[in-house]
Amino acid sequence: MTILVQFAIGLLFGLGLVISGMSNPAKVLNFLDLGGIPAGTWDASLAFVMAGAVAVTFVGFRHVLKLAQPLLADRFHVPTRSDIDPRIIVGPAIFGIGWGLAGFCPGPALTALGFGSISALVFVVAMFAGMVLARFIAQLPSSTRLAAPVDPLET
Amino acid sequence: MVATPFTPIASLLGGALIGLSAVLLMWATGRIAGISGIASRLFPPYEDRAFAGRLAFVAGLIAAPVLVRLVTGSLPAQTIAAGTPALVVAGLLTGFGSVWGSGCTSGHGVCGLSRLSLRSLVATVTFMATGVATVYLIRHWS
Repeated sequence: MTILVQFAIGLLFGLGLVISGMSNPAKVLNFLDLGGIPAGTWDASLAFVMAGAVAVTFVGFRHVLKLAQPLLADRFHVPTRSDIDPRIIVGPAIFGIGWGLAGFCPGPALTALGFGSISALVFVVAMFAGMVLARFIAQLPSSTRLAAPVDPLET
Repeated sequence: MVATPFTPIASLLGGALIGLSAVLLMWATGRIAGISGIASRLFPPYEDRAFAGRLAFVAGLIAAPVLVRLVTGSLPAQTIAAGTPALVVAGLLTGFGSVWGSGCTSGHGVCGLSRLSLRSLVATVTFMATGVATVYLIRHWS
């Protein structure tokens, strides 16, 4: 049951990515290309995706997080950290460079697999390797001494 | 570069579906819909027993365009301009950076901003800035 529900929720997320146009890296890159504003090639669509997603999530989370517990789990796992450590800047800085190189972030890259794209497959395999590497380094004793988050992946 | 049409209505609607998915995932499982967090935990070390649910979510992501093609008979445009070496480098950086920074466009950009998280705001501003800078260097630096 839980598995089926999560498949359906993932499917909904993927449909949102396809309908919004975000499964097309060219649209993402044309949004990031502020230099294209004078030439008229800038595509502001991504801002509308973010606006739609944040508006619904903002209202929805308000209601859902008032509940005692989720429907299919014993508690909510909501990040609690509020400190600004180096990793919250260095990580996104590195991610943004990768995003700007290909126009893929993790969600759209996975959805792009369903288009049957070999390029997306190459990207996703490399992305998985990068993820495994980051988790491996985060677990080394030397790096936990530096950062020491309880959960290295907590948002 | 390939020109793309500005699609405010479809993008707002698609964005709303992404938001609805994030709300439903929180409601059902109590988890943040952060794709980098979900995808990276498909690999060891396993810290909990939620593997099957994560795999199902990712399968749903991949199934979405398949469903669109079945229903409408076609798929929207998808142009991947980057060559293989660039895709490999971009994938490594995207995977590493999103895990190192505890989230990507979905976990920080959608869920984090919706929770008014300062960490997510810092992360979102940072990846937007380096993304813009990278595209600028590639397209306009000469």
